[in-house]
Amino acid sequence: MDKEILEHGFNFNRRRFLSTLSLGIGSVALGSLLMPDLFSGSGTEENGFAPGIPHFAPKAKRVIYLFQNGAPAQQELFDYKPKLREMTGKEIPSSVRGTQRLTGMTANQASFPLVGSFVDFKQFGDSRAWISDLLPYTAKIVDDLCIVKSMYTEAINHDPALTFIQTGSQQGNRPSMGSWLSYGLGNENKNLPAFTVLLSRGVGNGQGVYSKLWSNGFLDSVHQGVQFSKGEDPVLYLRDGMNRGERRDMLDNLSELNEMSYKQFGDPEITTRIKQYEMAYRMQTAVPEVMDLSKEPDSIVNMYGPDCLVPGTFAANCLLARKLSENGVRFVQLYHQGWDQHGNLPYEITRQAKDVDQASAALVTDLKQRGLLDETLVIWGGEFGRTSYTQGTLTKDNYGRDHHPRCFSIWMAGGGIKPGIVYGETDELGYNIIKDPVHVHDFQATVLNQLGLDHEKLIFKHLGRRYRLTDVSGKVIRDIIS
Amino acid sequence: MKFSWKIFCAVVVVSGLIFLLSQTWHSNNKSMQASTQLPELVSYNFDIRPILSDKCSACHGPDANKRKAGLRMDDSVSAFAALKENPAAHALVAFKPEQSEAFLRISSKDTAVMMPPFSSVLKLTQHEINLIGKWIQQGAKYEKHWAFVSPQKAALPKVKMTEWPRNDIDYFILAKQEQKGLSPNEEADKERLLKRVSLDLTGLPPTIEMMDKFLADTSSAAYENAVDQLFKKPAYGEKMSLHWLDLARYADSHGYQDDGYRTQWPWRDWVIHAFNENLHYNDFVTWQLAGDLLPNSTKEQLLATGFNRNHKITEEGGVIPEEYRTMYVTDRNDLFGKGLLGVTLECAHCHDHKYDPFSQKEYYQMFAFFNSVKEVGIESVIGGPETYAKKPMMQITNEDVKSVLSFINKTDTGKLIVSVMGDLDTARKTHILKRGNYDAPGDEVEPGTPAAILPFNKDLPKNRLGLSEWLFDKKNPLTARVYVNILWQEFFGRGIVKTAGDFGMQGELPSNPALLDWLAVDFMEYNWDIKRLVKQMVTSATYRQSAIVTKEKLAVDPDNILLARGPRYRIAAELIRDLVLSSSGLLNISIGGPSVKPYQPSGLWEGATSGRGLLSIYVQNHGEELYRRGMYTLIKRTVPPPSLAIFDASNRDMCEVRRLRTNTPLQALVMMNDPTVLEASRVLAAKLLEKKSDIKTKIAEAFRLIVCRKPVEKELEVLTNYYNKEVKTLKEPIAEKAITVGEYPLSKKVDIKQLAAMMRVISTIYNLEETITKS
Repeated sequence: MDKEILEHGFNFNRRRFLSTLSLGIGSVALGSLLMPDLFSGSGTEENGFAPGIPHFAPKAKRVIYLFQNGAPAQQELFDYKPKLREMTGKEIPSSVRGTQRLTGMTANQASFPLVGSFVDFKQFGDSRAWISDLLPYTAKIVDDLCIVKSMYTEAINHDPALTFIQTGSQQGNRPSMGSWLSYGLGNENKNLPAFTVLLSRGVGNGQGVYSKLWSNGFLDSVHQGVQFSKGEDPVLYLRDGMNRGERRDMLDNLSELNEMSYKQFGDPEITTRIKQYEMAYRMQTAVPEVMDLSKEPDSIVNMYGPDCLVPGTFAANCLLARKLSENGVRFVQLYHQGWDQHGNLPYEITRQAKDVDQASAALVTDLKQRGLLDETLVIWGGEFGRTSYTQGTLTKDNYGRDHHPRCFSIWMAGGGIKPGIVYGETDELGYNIIKDPVHVHDFQATVLNQLGLDHEKLIFKHLGRRYRLTDVSGKVIRDIIS
Repeated sequence: MKFSWKIFCAVVVVSGLIFLLSQTWHSNNKSMQASTQLPELVSYNFDIRPILSDKCSACHGPDANKRKAGLRMDDSVSAFAALKENPAAHALVAFKPEQSEAFLRISSKDTAVMMPPFSSVLKLTQHEINLIGKWIQQGAKYEKHWAFVSPQKAALPKVKMTEWPRNDIDYFILAKQEQKGLSPNEEADKERLLKRVSLDLTGLPPTIEMMDKFLADTSSAAYENAVDQLFKKPAYGEKMSLHWLDLARYADSHGYQDDGYRTQWPWRDWVIHAFNENLHYNDFVTWQLAGDLLPNSTKEQLLATGFNRNHKITEEGGVIPEEYRTMYVTDRNDLFGKGLLGVTLECAHCHDHKYDPFSQKEYYQMFAFFNSVKEVGIESVIGGPETYAKKPMMQITNEDVKSVLSFINKTDTGKLIVSVMGDLDTARKTHILKRGNYDAPGDEVEPGTPAAILPFNKDLPKNRLGLSEWLFDKKNPLTARVYVNILWQEFFGRGIVKTAGDFGMQGELPSNPALLDWLAVDFMEYNWDIKRLVKQMVTSATYRQSAIVTKEKLAVDPDNILLARGPRYRIAAELIRDLVLSSSGLLNISIGGPSVKPYQPSGLWEGATSGRGLLSIYVQNHGEELYRRGMYTLIKRTVPPPSLAIFDASNRDMCEVRRLRTNTPLQALVMMNDPTVLEASRVLAAKLLEKKSDIKTKIAEAFRLIVCRKPVEKELEVLTNYYNKEVKTLKEPIAEKAITVGEYPLSKKVDIKQLAAMMRVISTIYNLEETITKS
């Protein structure tokens, strides 16, 4: 097949085609037909698997991960511990504390007094799950949730723990979960990246986020998480000083010149670059359209809460996440900062919870109403848990909790996860897991499984080693899959 | 939208075309397909070892703990021995595949016995099975892994096209091509050749004066003269430093949680200085590894050791110090392995290496060299200037900068501290760490090196200085090969060993082993002289070829492994910025100094920060600092500079010896909308419009400055038409808005509409594929 002729035909058709079509959101699906390859990376047969094709029938097509950055205290949200409250002020029994390593922040404390939650819990829904008063909206959707109370991790500090839960390794420089999914499943929408990232921040003690958390690691950079931010430039360098027609003119001239260079040099990279300019051009329309929340009806705005119209808030990001997901973005990763309550916990966590409760629940409900929850896996949770003993001084109405890797609570909804169940159990002081532990790699294996991917087969060979998200361990938690 | 058959059909046709095209594009990335014919003589190193290593070694390789059935296929003694589970049988029986259990198993279709096991993700192709069969037939002869045998200088190969070679490199390249029935391209046209070598040696495009001079010089030495001029430019040191800064994971922040600021830049200034002074590679590396231990060590040598302190250092309160201190030592050790030895030592961090002959014990013997630094896991949490370096550190005084450290671009009189190396008086004890865990020490070990590479000479001091001597022992099979290969990759775009950081069993085999060895030995014979080596490469006929690729050559060698055409690659992230600034006349050529913060989309740091420290808010620089070279852009590790990251710059988290080279829509967005590019377009447009010349001449000049060659008539016509159309149609307010970009003062002397139109033309030139490509 003579490529030059093909290429010429392509350009001819493209120009005519673009001139007769407005590339609105309605044509998004059309776009994906047109450009099957632009955002999918270079699949390598040597990895023994064909990227873009699931290993078995998937339950979910997309993921929205509402990451609670800083580690929310399970004792104040999901893990109801009346006994802990009774024992407030008493030293944690050494039989419970064991020989676990502690962070440098509390390792030298003279005593480790237990502290129960300042807030009350009630049971909700058919599942009779206990939910704290801090989460009234979440309480209403418990029958859609699978609450896992027995998550545990290996790291005790934010940076390694975040890196671990996102990339399967504490050290960094490995692909993030979203990158693995983009690599494993390709993209549904060719005008938007397969993996997008949205940041927001609450009032609580914050910990930074880092772009390595959405890094493609050693995978092709098309699998990198693309940060969408508030303001006029939602994707870096997207905003254009030219109007559409002017840019079209410029690109037509550019293509003509680049084609001349291709004719002389025959380098296929030149034609790839021509295509990438066309993709960029289409993104310039598609992204602002998907970012525009002004056309959402009142019912939706009311459901997510008024904050959803304030760009950059968690609520706005939840609504945006739905839109992106609805448009086929494979993995939408939110980070909400401010959950690191080493001290002043009652004050801070109340506000943190208020920031996220309504919109998190609204997202699940919204997806459900649109019939999308079955194919969208929503995840809510942080990087580790917090201690049942106080950090710093315990006063009548104030305390803090240190990092605790041995147990923490998350929830999942949709995507073929069993709704209305509570999985796993911690001891009566909420310190150790006593039933059904879920390691971070188990969690990751389960997420991949729901997307139709076998975590032991989703591999990439780099510097002689076959890497996977779950490193060298992990098992799918079958009990939470419907 | 109403359903339309016309559009539907158009979609089907177009998408079909694109599908076909994309298939062709994708095949471009594949390595040359091994011919399916079996070689006459099967080579263990080139044909069999890669199969055994990749498909068998995980269970039948060097890792004793994971070995199945007690069988090692990478070791002839084990492979020929009676099988433990069935002593009547042998995995290998020389000359007899039909009696070799291994061959029977790999060719079996019975899922109960087949190898690799049915349950694994590994599979052998029929070709691989045939290769192993033939190898056994020919006696199943094992060889030592090529990279662990010292290189020998082979005689120059005989070639047919004897008039082509310009230097020794070319004989090796040409011989390979002739074997495959290829012949080299013509020499590149002068303009493209000058651009290529100028970008490669200085990272900057040639100036018009350089172009004119080179075009006018018709002597046979014209090219060599130009090369010599480029070598003399201080920008040479800057360009050469780029790959080293990646390797040494240099950055301006501590990394980890709060990611506070650090002042490690004087070390970077030293690297530039060292390349410009042509410090030979053995000294260059020895100073960095052990400058503090050299007899009568100088301040400069101490500064060089900052190399081993460029790693990330935590400032997160509450960490367990020993966990992090162990990570720092690990980082140094892994860098030593990957960057200097080209082996993936880190695999032996937790267990015996699965593919290469390095035991976990040997890993920790190497680790011991880096384990006695006078450091702690966490010295301080994020804070003021006293936290910008961590102990051990050195202070650079204003007096130093006037005398022994004159290459440091210290811009103020404040205190300047740099993290450097320094050992405890009594060495720390080193233990094997079980599963790599800092809190699970096993047996104590002494400093040592992997025996498979080169045993550690007992007479050497057991410290970093001894380790450097070991590294530069001419018997060390790796050091020279690895660096020669890294530089080859710099100039030819692809290493002779493609996996520049892995020369081990799982690495790719050298595409031209005789050339690699010749270069390595030659490099050592000439006392590790870097400039000489670079000159050999860029003056070879191989390098000077045109990059034009015919369909035939593309089909035979899509990745240009045989170099029957010149290198044609998109330039590195930093150099794109340099090219834009330099061609527009904006570039500030000062060297070194504290890193700078040019234009950056707002909110990036602020949105991701913990809120603590100097780098929590992006305070952009102004004036001249906006126009520094790309390598001086401040690298905050957790939020690296976006316009560089989008073009595959390293995030400097860990040692990196090979950048990915991608081609994405986000790159198109940068070139179209980055204020740096737009401002450069505006400034150059104004400059040209102020000149008394016609529009065509102005555009031709811009083209020459940016693309580094004269445009052909057709190109000039497209751009001139574009200008004329824009000048006619641009409305004043739009033009006004378009030209308000960047802080460089606006020229008052030119018409706004003309300026905006010319700016668009120039911006289009910046966006040309050829502009950011060395071709």
